Amino acid sequence: MKTTDTARLAFQSIQRYPLRTSMLLLAVAIGVTAVVLLTSVGEGARRYVTGEFESLGTNLLVVFPGKSDTTGGAAGMMIGETPRDLTVDDAMAIERSPLVSQVAPAIAGSGTASWRQREREISVLGTTSKMRTVQHWNMRAGQFLPELDMDVASQVCVLGTTVREEFFGRADPLGQWIRIDNFRCRVIGVLAQAGMTGPFNTDELVIVPVASAQQMFNATSLLRIMVEVVSNDAVEGARRDVIEIVKARHQGEEDITVVSRDAILGTFNTIFDAITYALAGIAAISLVVAGVLIMNVMLVAVSQRTEEIGLLKALGAKQRQIIGLFLTEAVFLSILGALVGLGFGTLGTRLLSAAFPIVDFSAPSWALIAAVATAVSSGLVFGILPARRAARLDPVEALAGR
Amino acid sequence: MIELQKVCRHFQVGDQMVHALDHVDLTIQSGEFVSIMGPSGSGKSTLLNILGLLDRPTQGSYRLNGADVAKLDDSKLADQRQKNIGFVFQSFHLIPRLNAVENVELPMVLAGVSMASRRKRARQVLESMGLGERLDHRPDQLSGGERQRVAIGRSIVMNPKVLLADEPTGNLDSHSSSEVIDILHRLNHDGLSLLVVTHDPEIGGQAQRRLAMRDGRIIQDADSRSP
Repeated sequence: MKTTDTARLAFQSIQRYPLRTSMLLLAVAIGVTAVVLLTSVGEGARRYVTGEFESLGTNLLVVFPGKSDTTGGAAGMMIGETPRDLTVDDAMAIERSPLVSQVAPAIAGSGTASWRQREREISVLGTTSKMRTVQHWNMRAGQFLPELDMDVASQVCVLGTTVREEFFGRADPLGQWIRIDNFRCRVIGVLAQAGMTGPFNTDELVIVPVASAQQMFNATSLLRIMVEVVSNDAVEGARRDVIEIVKARHQGEEDITVVSRDAILGTFNTIFDAITYALAGIAAISLVVAGVLIMNVMLVAVSQRTEEIGLLKALGAKQRQIIGLFLTEAVFLSILGALVGLGFGTLGTRLLSAAFPIVDFSAPSWALIAAVATAVSSGLVFGILPARRAARLDPVEALAGR
Repeated sequence: MIELQKVCRHFQVGDQMVHALDHVDLTIQSGEFVSIMGPSGSGKSTLLNILGLLDRPTQGSYRLNGADVAKLDDSKLADQRQKNIGFVFQSFHLIPRLNAVENVELPMVLAGVSMASRRKRARQVLESMGLGERLDHRPDQLSGGERQRVAIGRSIVMNPKVLLADEPTGNLDSHSSSEVIDILHRLNHDGLSLLVVTHDPEIGGQAQRRLAMRDGRIIQDADSRSP
């Protein structure tokens, strides 16, 4: 029997029962759609988060106060130890390292901002002019913070776009004075829309000089220090350098954490990959369920077509040929279902992307391949039992329709 | 050509053993027209199934064209059916979604004959059955007699040695019956061996050799050529 003839006969059987065929296609299609959609959500989330970090530039280090991995030590040594704050002085010391090109300290807090009758709670970021170049922020209007020494306060501020719109609407904010708690500052610039950059939603921020923020919150401790390294090759050297500099300033205590962008990205990638695999695995279960459904429907098909199978045997069909016919039919059903599912899945990701344009939802190609492969192999595996049952029918009984 | 020796076929029905065939000896020469008659339950269908290699004897030997076929495996039996044996059934067993040509082509599809040559052969066979105008008709567009002629066409399309017909006119009116009988006669005349199980005395009487069966045994074997 020629392969094309086997395919043609199997295809004719599929066409013969349109309702049965469409139900099975739907079952397989739902499974494949689920794989495509769930992996595209996982992948979209990963791309979104890593994309945000990638926008930071490759040669960036972030210095956090406190040591994240606890090193051992006698319990007694821990008593009375206070974690040292990260200060502006530390930032200035880091800036002196030859491997460091720029340093931008960050101190964060919140306050009640008001302009005329309008008032709202806002997040305040205290930093320096360097933050803009480190974060690659663009200006929508006016200037960013002036180039002052880190310990010099100034009554100026820069607004995120959302803050600007909420306070000023269509009015020009430049030159206007706003009040944040007891601190008055003049608006000198507005940032272009940037969304999340690192931990901040830039659009919701008011940015002031770091020394002004320290006065406002009556605090010296920094949230973090962004360090730009002179070149990509120097990142590791700069990391050790930063740790040594701060250790020397903190009485030999290594009490900071320095993370490179790549390390953060790597961690996020690992987490999101795990999430995506887990989602794909859950969705794949529905494909196995679809396979069981294929098996049931094919078993029904065998009993519906008993006489036909008997006839084929009388005409000289071998068991192998009958197995081939039924398996081909099962595999066709699952392939068609998988294709329909890919269509639905693609449509779904398009809809998701339309609904959430900032995230790039698209299923990774491994997931597409795996979804189709799982669908087809479950059709094949679950098609075996019905096909063997058909092949083993006794021809005399089968012809009599028993 | 066909040689059965002491063939038995037992079925277990509940706790009873049914002897559908009981030590049957039968030799059929090439080109014979044999009718098998007998009451239902006499074993004639079982005999036909065994001759057609759809069923296997419980005991005894079956030689087809000199080869012992009683012990062949499934795949070899399928080969033998494909090459040597044609079947005609009372209920035609045509595939409803296929047209006349495609139904006749089916054995050639299973044998792996190419599309072009099997189409040509199927048309030729149907034309010889007087169905040249009905090639594209599906079974539900054909009369009973036409359906049976398509089925006969399918049974001879592989040029078998022997045609086994189980009540070929059982579902037909008398006019269609005589058409079918004429065709069977013609095929026999062209050298095809013919075994017909029938209740119809008309066909039974036309056979050169008439077997009568009862209780799994051949009780009469009359040959009109040697009175």
